[in-house]
Amino acid sequence: MRLLIEAIGHWLIDAVAKVGYGARLFGLTFRHSGMAFSRFRLTIAQINFIGNYSLVIIVVSGLFVGFVLGLQGYNTLQRYGSEQALGLLVALSLVRELGPVVTALLFAGRAGTSITAEIGLMKAGEQLSAMEMMAVSPIARVLAPRFWAGVISMPLLAALFSAVGVFGGYIVGVQMIGVDDGAFWSQMQNGVDWKEDVGNGVIKSIVFGIAVTFIAVFEGYDSQPTPEGVSRATTRTVVSSSLAVLFLDFILTALMFSRE
Amino acid sequence: MNRKLTDLWVGLFVVAGFGAILILALKAGNLASFNFSETYQVLAKFDNIGGLKVRAPVKSAGVVVGRVASVGFDDQTYEAVVTLALDRRYGFPKDSSAKILTSGLLGEQYIGLEPGGDTAKLAEGGKIKATQSAIVLETLISQFLFSKAAEGKSDSKAPDSGIAAPPGNTAPPAIGAPGGGGKGDGKSGTKGETKDNK
Repeated sequence: MRLLIEAIGHWLIDAVAKVGYGARLFGLTFRHSGMAFSRFRLTIAQINFIGNYSLVIIVVSGLFVGFVLGLQGYNTLQRYGSEQALGLLVALSLVRELGPVVTALLFAGRAGTSITAEIGLMKAGEQLSAMEMMAVSPIARVLAPRFWAGVISMPLLAALFSAVGVFGGYIVGVQMIGVDDGAFWSQMQNGVDWKEDVGNGVIKSIVFGIAVTFIAVFEGYDSQPTPEGVSRATTRTVVSSSLAVLFLDFILTALMFSRE
Repeated sequence: MNRKLTDLWVGLFVVAGFGAILILALKAGNLASFNFSETYQVLAKFDNIGGLKVRAPVKSAGVVVGRVASVGFDDQTYEAVVTLALDRRYGFPKDSSAKILTSGLLGEQYIGLEPGGDTAKLAEGGKIKATQSAIVLETLISQFLFSKAAEGKSDSKAPDSGIAAPPGNTAPPAIGAPGGGGKGDGKSGTKGETKDNK
């Protein structure tokens, strides 16, 4: 019994301490961000690695999510005789929700894991310690460029996802099923507000980008410097950033779209 | 060489991303179509605006000429005050009338502007005096049920004097408020009468 209470207490203290360390590292990353912008090449190389290499999975998933939305939306809407609203349904659900959320989840799986593994292996190989020995801050040289590259890439990827998804919905809805072309776009333009919907979607994806990339960077930096520790850190990145994205999505949706 | 290539790819990625945002705002959103650069505001008071929302379109002859800028409430007259932002390119006579209409049977509500015959134009801060409220479906249904109940009452009055009670019940709400209570009474009244007729 005493052992159980001790274990719970230990776990709780560790968890709170980790949150505290995370918050401190978040602040440190911001403070050491100077190099990420003054030597912008470092960040550009990371954008290439994080953004460009995620492009294929994002575009293909966006296209298929658009296809599915077109098919499913049509099935439901034609029951009420309002299949012209298909464009509106596809665009709104993509721009507001699916674009940012699905992109963030894919991003956590595709880019987050590789960031964690890379930093974790750098730590295991004592490269980070070597940097510190040479008076180069690993936070400024390794963490901050990756963090900012993720924050920059994520909204762009989410926008591409939504745009490709709308196009996918157009292919299925208009080209294959035969919804009226003009109604598809005009209903969409009537219902989607560029500030309320598109703008809020971009804000969402920026927030998700910050959350996912920071968790990835933090887990890598915090990992045990062993092969097992790195593998655990990679798993934790996917789990906690996915949960963080879904939780933040609920909060942001409640803040942005609940008032009418 | 390799660095240049990286720059090129990143540049392409960033351009594509911003292009996607632009496409979403222009093609999927309403940035291009309903961005009235210059508007003037006009007030209109309605007894009941139904489900009218801010940013609902203002149409004249079916063409969108403005948007609803704000919806407020006047606690002196107990009326809804709707501010319309109309496109500066279009002028309307001072005695134009505004109606709240519904697109389709259950679609969104919009304001229909019907031009009057006055030579003077509506100006910034002007008021539209002739307004017609939104048709609320529930009121319409209850009115219909009432007229049905009234018909049934006049039919069944003649044969039997024993059913004097149900019509007596329906009478007070008819005089008072024709609200939800009247609807229920009207229904039960007609039911009772049909039973008795059998």
